[in-house]
Amino acid sequence: MGLAISFWLLAAAAVGSALAVVLLRNVFRAALLLISCFFAIAGLFVTLGADFLAMVQVLVYVGAIAVLLLLAIMLTREAATGSPFSRWRIGGAIASVALLAAMIAVFRATPWKVADQSVVLKPTTAELGARLLTPESGFVLPFEIASVLLLAAVLGAIVLVKEK
Amino acid sequence: MIWALLGPELLLAIFALAVILLDLAVKQKGVLAVFSIVGLLGSIGASLALWGTNGIALNNMLVIDKYALFFDVLFAAAAILVILASTDYVEKLKGFQGEYYALILLATTGMMFMASTRELVSIYISLELTSISLYILAGFLKDAKSTEAGLKYLLLGSVSSAVLVYGMALVFGTTGGTHLGVIWNAVKGLNGIADNPTLIMGIVFLVAGFGFKIATVPFQMWVPDVYEGAPTPVTAYLSVASKAAGFAVILRVFFEAFGRAPWLSQSWGMLFAILAAITMTVGNVVAINQTNIKRLLAYSSIAHAGYIMMGLAAVGLMESQLALARSGILFYLAGYGLTNLGAFIAIIAISNNTGSDLIDDYKGMVRRAPVLSLGLAFTLISLTGLPPTAGFVAKIYLFNAALQSGLLWLVIVGVLNSVISAYYYLRVVKTMYLGEPASTERLSSSGPLRVALTASCFGVLFLGVLPNTVIQVTEAIKFLVS
Repeated sequence: MGLAISFWLLAAAAVGSALAVVLLRNVFRAALLLISCFFAIAGLFVTLGADFLAMVQVLVYVGAIAVLLLLAIMLTREAATGSPFSRWRIGGAIASVALLAAMIAVFRATPWKVADQSVVLKPTTAELGARLLTPESGFVLPFEIASVLLLAAVLGAIVLVKEK
Repeated sequence: MIWALLGPELLLAIFALAVILLDLAVKQKGVLAVFSIVGLLGSIGASLALWGTNGIALNNMLVIDKYALFFDVLFAAAAILVILASTDYVEKLKGFQGEYYALILLATTGMMFMASTRELVSIYISLELTSISLYILAGFLKDAKSTEAGLKYLLLGSVSSAVLVYGMALVFGTTGGTHLGVIWNAVKGLNGIADNPTLIMGIVFLVAGFGFKIATVPFQMWVPDVYEGAPTPVTAYLSVASKAAGFAVILRVFFEAFGRAPWLSQSWGMLFAILAAITMTVGNVVAINQTNIKRLLAYSSIAHAGYIMMGLAAVGLMESQLALARSGILFYLAGYGLTNLGAFIAIIAISNNTGSDLIDDYKGMVRRAPVLSLGLAFTLISLTGLPPTAGFVAKIYLFNAALQSGLLWLVIVGVLNSVISAYYYLRVVKTMYLGEPASTERLSSSGPLRVALTASCFGVLFLGVLPNTVIQVTEAIKFLVS
């Protein structure tokens, strides 16, 4: 019961701060609210028993991405004055609301499988590691491709930033 | 065994690393191009050595079948032609030749993985490997236009990736697996849309996400700006290999996971048929008014995505037509790939001399560069779909597959579109052959570029005159289905 209440509170916080990110005109405040959105999502993961994912969410999104975002805003001139609303805003709002309505209708009409309630929650880190790195039963292929992906990203950073 | 199966991809990744290291050691940067081509040839050799094996490895995620190997060869061959054509271009790269070649190799590796995996997470990661390499390559010149191209491609590409991953999440959530075989096992138990509407929504998101990569309407808005601003060899690579990789993934995913339940496959087949009709019409109609040759070919590549989607529609609407439609798609991708590469290679040589991509500056080009003009004219004729070229056979073959699936209306739309396209393709030919040249200065081009142009034109002619040899190969290509 307590988990359910915290799930819904955190969900409301996540949706509320995500909306504020889109609607606020001040970019800096929007970035701060984005951080609060990331935190709320990390909390959601905790209530769902995904402890490792929650920690990674905080470390990567709050610790790395959000800080990078804030630094980028501080280095940008006229960031505080914010971005003007685009002329597409009414169309965008209508499209978003229509998509939301469609998704709610679809999700309500779907017969979802309900997980076994008697599952005992336990730490997931070891299990995730085994699932990632066991060739016969895990996700080795995407894991290894990800390392090549990082190489490409590093090369890109060098090319874009460095002058020769 | 795993190492052998991973051969083509692994070899390219190793060569990409080696190119970066070699870049530190050698002064003569042409060595890097030769080295990269050696790697790509090695990869083609590894693919051909594996030809005929049906290997499954790494928890059923890696699947090496003829379908995957065909695409491995296609991507590597395209990369070789692009690298050859880049030789005139490298001095604009401001000393980043090593990174340039390495990124081309990495993008090719990603595409190969896209064609040889049947698991959604792997598909997504390899697609990102391809995309991120191409984002960087698009912005490689670092001038205003190239930066705009890179940034636009990155932003819109990220949004489309988000849509794709959301679609995958919905499919995973409703079927309980990311492996195409597991998804199909879950789909088998359903009888109609009402059984699981969320799955349908996930599939629609997948169409949107993949649709961006192959540049179908309405996800085509990035194409003209990115194609115009990116370095021309990269544009050529984007328009050929990246598109082929998108089709490789779509055909495998949609057939294996969603293609064998008629109620479902007919819905996505019809969706692709409608998208195909809109895509080819929009591409061709907007192309008419273009004054920049790269933008013209951008819209033409959108139109060609529409033609190729006819094959997807044919598979969806009639499962029994899979063999013919798949063979049609493969032949079309090979023919279109060679043709488009040839056209872009000629454009690279011409704009390197004139410094302009405007069609008006192609006036009387035949008197300044007869061979380049002939090559460009020949490839444009192939893009129109006139004999004796690859484009002609590919179109007939694919339209026939669509006809067999009962898509007469779509074939009529396709033929009408081909007529429209003749107008703007042949206008360029007319400009080159009948216009008055602005100057009489002869154009120069490098040896490797001429080799690449000759090779692609010869390929286009070969596929147009002796298509049976290749069609026999593509008809024998099957993919493993779990």
